[in-house]
Amino acid sequence: MGGLAFEQLTLGYGAAPAVQRLDCEIATGSLTAVVGPNGAGKSTLLKAAAGVLRPLAGRVRRASSGPDQIAYLPQQSDLDRSFPISVTDVVGMGLWREIGPFGWLSPRQKSRIKDAISAVGLDGFETRHVARLSGGQMQRVLFARLLLQDAPLILLDEPFTAIDMPTLADLLEIIRRWNSEERTVLVVLHDIDIVRAHFPETLLLARELVSHGPTERVLTAENQFRARQMCEACAGPPHVCGRSAA
Amino acid sequence: MIWDLLIQPFADFGFMRRALLGCIAISVGATPVGVFLMLRRMSLTGDAMAHAILPGAAVGYLVSGLSLGAMTIGGLAAGMAVALLAGLVTRVTPVREDASLAAFYLISLAIGVLIVSTRGSNVDLMHVLFGTVLALNDAALFLLCTIASISLLTLAAMFRPLVLECVDPQYLRSVSALSGITHLVFLMLVVLNLVGGFHALGTLMAIGIMILPATAARFWVTGIGALIALSAVIGIVSSAVGLLLSYHFSLPSGPSIVLLAGFAYALSIVFGPVGGLVTRSLSRRIGQA
Repeated sequence: MGGLAFEQLTLGYGAAPAVQRLDCEIATGSLTAVVGPNGAGKSTLLKAAAGVLRPLAGRVRRASSGPDQIAYLPQQSDLDRSFPISVTDVVGMGLWREIGPFGWLSPRQKSRIKDAISAVGLDGFETRHVARLSGGQMQRVLFARLLLQDAPLILLDEPFTAIDMPTLADLLEIIRRWNSEERTVLVVLHDIDIVRAHFPETLLLARELVSHGPTERVLTAENQFRARQMCEACAGPPHVCGRSAA
Repeated sequence: MIWDLLIQPFADFGFMRRALLGCIAISVGATPVGVFLMLRRMSLTGDAMAHAILPGAAVGYLVSGLSLGAMTIGGLAAGMAVALLAGLVTRVTPVREDASLAAFYLISLAIGVLIVSTRGSNVDLMHVLFGTVLALNDAALFLLCTIASISLLTLAAMFRPLVLECVDPQYLRSVSALSGITHLVFLMLVVLNLVGGFHALGTLMAIGIMILPATAARFWVTGIGALIALSAVIGIVSSAVGLLLSYHFSLPSGPSIVLLAGFAYALSIVFGPVGGLVTRSLSRRIGQA
């Protein structure tokens, strides 16, 4: 229900393509890490998958269409932490597609919000303002909101940056739960050890597809070296970017 | 004695009662909008919009004299035109919104002053710039109360998308198409309240009663509901005391009211429990001990 396919996908901002002619299929219910060197186009790819960025060429095909079928957590969340809003209210936003701009919260929905907060280990923080949370706690809040969005396709961009170890373990547990519920999960990561330990599938990207498949087959030393070379070859202005490296 | 100072002016003079009612309407309608302007870090945008409505009001004045309706419609049109043009330029060029907004409001202000000074007298210019709170007629009061009602009802209806647009616009865009509309309706509320305010306090002062109570309230409470309620109260009290000061000491009333709100702000900076200077130095001392 939450499958995803990229067809001859070219993405970019302005003239310089950040991702070129990507052909790849993400199976429904798979748990995939997106890895690659800096500037490989990982975040760009996730934006296109979320429908935030329009492709320059090619297309993104989703088994389930509609923006409410996707839960997307961008890398740099725009969330204004100085705004006087409580943990409960931020997590409750995850119910937007059920309640919309005007709907009341039913008692059942209120208890679901409470359950989501407790699922990310923030019991007792319900009324606390987000301004008074640590970075790790804030990330837990955002995961609780993702839980309530209840989407078949979940896209996370570097969700583990600057968080403590206990939070990392808890959030990985939630991702495993999504995987067991047959949701399709695509996560951009830079920590290769986490990928090897917890992600069965990997997509290695260096502006073009380097390799995609089971993690141990993708993350070979040879593949990673090739990805770095391809990115360095592409680091200059767009006209330098030859396809010879591929 | 206290009766003489505080109540007698309102009991004796109809124009004082009208002025008070008008100011209460502005306080109730405009301060919640000011709270959102502050929370969205758009306080100066409000200031720019206040200047931008001048040419519209001036054209309205040229067409039909000191007519309430014509000046209101003109002000609304000019304010929205500047907001939309600035938004458009930001979207199609790399210039940031604050710069294009500044450019458009300055152009607008110059056009306004030009129109008023070539066709009207200096007295008219003073009326538009500083308002006539002590000369509010029935129609003006009706307009101010209508604007306050529209403003409150609209805020209530769009409260959830508006809060979300402030807290996490990226998320709102990802789950709903309401983001653009929310922003537009909010800008319309800003312009509407400024246009209402300028009849009483003038274009230069209307923004004062919108922003100052909100920034003062921020030093006392944290919840959004509490912020809105407290800033409305600060607005009303500043209006009443400002009117009394202007009555007893023969001061111009618009600036008196805004200065009172400014005084409330200054007190809040020093004594407010949420980040005020006294609280900060106390907690630092406790931290050291």
